[in-house]
Amino acid sequence: MTLITSPLALTLLLAVAAYWLAKRRAISAAKGDVRSLAALPTAYGTNAALSVVIPAFVGFILISLYSGLAPRAEDVAPLSKTWFILVPAVLGFVGAIALSTKDFRARTASERWILALLMGASGVAILTTIGIVFSMLFETFNFFSQYSWTDFFFSTKWSPNFRGDSDLGILPLLWGTLYISFIALLVAVPIGLFSAVYLSEYAGPRMRAFAKPAIEVLAGIPTIVYGLFALVTVGPLLRDYFAQPIGLGDSASSVLTAGLVMGVMLIPFVSSLSDDIINAVPQAMRDGSLGLGATKSETIRQVVVPAALPGIVGAILLAASRAIGETMIVVLGAGAAARLSLNPLEAMTTVTVKIVSQLTGDTDFSAPETLVAFALGLTLFVLTLGLNVLALIIVRRYREQYE
Amino acid sequence: MSYQSRHGSLLTEDARTRKRNRAESRFKAYGLTAVIASVLALFMLLASILSNGLGAFQQTFVTINIALPEDKLDKSGVRDPEVMAKVSTFGYTPLIRDGLVQTLANAGIETDQSAKALLGLISKEAPAALRYRVLANPDLVGQTVSMELLANGRIDGFFKGRVTMESAALDKNTSPEILQVAQQLADDGLMTTRFNWGFLTKPDASDQRPESAGLGVAILGSLYMMIVVLALALPLGVAASIYLEEFAPNNWITDLIEVNISNLAAVPSIVYGILGLAIFINFAGLPQSAPLVGGLVLTLMTLPTIIISTRAALKSVPPSIRDAALGVGASKMQSVFHHVLPLAAPGILTGTIIGLAQALGETAPLLLIGMVAFVKEYPEIGIEGFTDPATALPVQIFNWTQRADPAFVERAFGAIITLLVFLLFMNLLAIFLRRKFERRW
Repeated sequence: MTLITSPLALTLLLAVAAYWLAKRRAISAAKGDVRSLAALPTAYGTNAALSVVIPAFVGFILISLYSGLAPRAEDVAPLSKTWFILVPAVLGFVGAIALSTKDFRARTASERWILALLMGASGVAILTTIGIVFSMLFETFNFFSQYSWTDFFFSTKWSPNFRGDSDLGILPLLWGTLYISFIALLVAVPIGLFSAVYLSEYAGPRMRAFAKPAIEVLAGIPTIVYGLFALVTVGPLLRDYFAQPIGLGDSASSVLTAGLVMGVMLIPFVSSLSDDIINAVPQAMRDGSLGLGATKSETIRQVVVPAALPGIVGAILLAASRAIGETMIVVLGAGAAARLSLNPLEAMTTVTVKIVSQLTGDTDFSAPETLVAFALGLTLFVLTLGLNVLALIIVRRYREQYE
Repeated sequence: MSYQSRHGSLLTEDARTRKRNRAESRFKAYGLTAVIASVLALFMLLASILSNGLGAFQQTFVTINIALPEDKLDKSGVRDPEVMAKVSTFGYTPLIRDGLVQTLANAGIETDQSAKALLGLISKEAPAALRYRVLANPDLVGQTVSMELLANGRIDGFFKGRVTMESAALDKNTSPEILQVAQQLADDGLMTTRFNWGFLTKPDASDQRPESAGLGVAILGSLYMMIVVLALALPLGVAASIYLEEFAPNNWITDLIEVNISNLAAVPSIVYGILGLAIFINFAGLPQSAPLVGGLVLTLMTLPTIIISTRAALKSVPPSIRDAALGVGASKMQSVFHHVLPLAAPGILTGTIIGLAQALGETAPLLLIGMVAFVKEYPEIGIEGFTDPATALPVQIFNWTQRADPAFVERAFGAIITLLVFLLFMNLLAIFLRRKFERRW
């Protein structure tokens, strides 16, 4: 019963009725000769159905937004929600049926509705960005009203305490993030770049047919898998054969563990991006260099790579932004202790780890210890956004150069 | 610097050429090393997953004969499951204990262990399993049934090499003597290790009983989320791509949308989790841990991927198709929906499957919307299931890594194998579709 009277079901029922009625009306207006109509009868029907559904949907979005933003929930009577959906639907119904005359250009009208739908769909991207920024800005303001922003950005101590009196300095987290990302890039950039160069300039077809997909498989593996690999295999390996013998640490989770594994994760990313970029360098430049008597490696080092350098830098920046935002590998491989230290065999923590740990479990959305996660998230967003925009500008400018 | 060998023979390399050729082969060796290193990393990763995780699909079971006395299970004698349900799982534990002792005696296995210690051979889940079986078939009461029960996680670990006599001596949950009894049972064929479907179908289990933990709820939750993602991201992504590729005028709004999409593709996934927590849970009031919310978050995350690949598919349809449609009097909209879209469909489908595969493996955003919770109940089959609490495959993996018992690590790797098999199938499907339907113009 409730299903039949729900606004959604009513709207759909109305839409079906509108389709059928408009079609009927158009046919009867044509006195049986559909050729005299301005559009096919089905176009009348489609137009009428869309005239019901789209206004109702817009009404639904508006009332949902309003009831979410309203200071008190009681301000929105449940009945008014129904009205907001049904009134536009009925108006659309009546309007579309009334318009279904012989000379009404129903196809153009229905296509206008469809275009509106398409535009609305592409607007979701903008809405998502707005949603991301506002959801974090709002709570970050809340956080800074309870905790001084200078302490957040410049304090070197991180020790949240749910009984209050916490130190929430971002510096140790940022240090861990950058340190791990640096090690990851140290692994991924040379390996990724050299494999891209080798596979595109030296390798034979059989080698390429095997190695290229193998490297791409690395890109398709979920990060949780890398995380567990770090936790169970790489971490203990590094501890037993590296850290303990030279006496630098005895923790399985460490900056080096997370960095190495993250580096492996980034190899396909760097290599496929640089592969595209190296292939975009015109063959004529290579031929010119080889024609002058340069060896292949000299051509690559002195002609191809310098020509592709802006693109490669862009690729590295994108990889860096990936590394900074990576979560599962560091959650499982890097540890939870916030520490400012140079020793790569010690456990450190990152911004993303702390976002997860502050927002999972029982959380109280008025405590600064929870809200700090939003400030951390905003910092992370701004940081990665800056890197992405920079990389996109560089890559785009580079592409134009050779097109 | 003088080149003494400048006038040397073409057939003998001079020092400088030798140097350059050495540099060349060095460079080549670096490249080869890099390729080998990355392929090696892949093999190490896969080897580590397989060696740690294959065991999770095998489980040790013990077969014992259990007497089901009427005076303990059904005093009323009417065999009504509702009345018999009053006997809780604790009422079944002594029956299993007695059955085990009897079975040992019948097999001629002598031990000085107490009956209570011997119960450590069997999973703590066993009484519930027995109760379930009896309630499903009340006529069993009064008979003696042979039942295959899960062995305890430590015993299972012993047969898989994870638990040894030495480690058992230090373990308060088991002892070397118990392991010897288990070995004798195995020698008599009463204890066997075989393929365990329960790993794929059962729900998660508590810390104390890793042997009965399964992926059922997680697989169902992931399935629900993928349905949400498919139902939302595909139409939205295709609609947005059609607009941008076919209709959008060249103005600042279009530019803004394009910049937004390329940036959203590179936003860290955890940020989407924060978005989901703030908008869908705190603002819109949707329930925590629900596949619906997870699906919504993953939809927003995969949307850029789908839009980018759909636009590429639309772009690869040659303009002559559009021109031909327009030429015979189709409207712009008709040319797109009747001609361009069907031709681009294989490419769109391939991109969508790859986007779904990406969403299936994503963990971080789901942690923030409460999907780490311990869920033992299957979500409802049907519409209500989308708002029931559930977990997802990658989150279940994370969850198991946080447990103390090492048996859960094996299960986490087993779950990874399951996840990778799903991903493999999806990618193979995408490759198959591309091969089969791809058209070169």
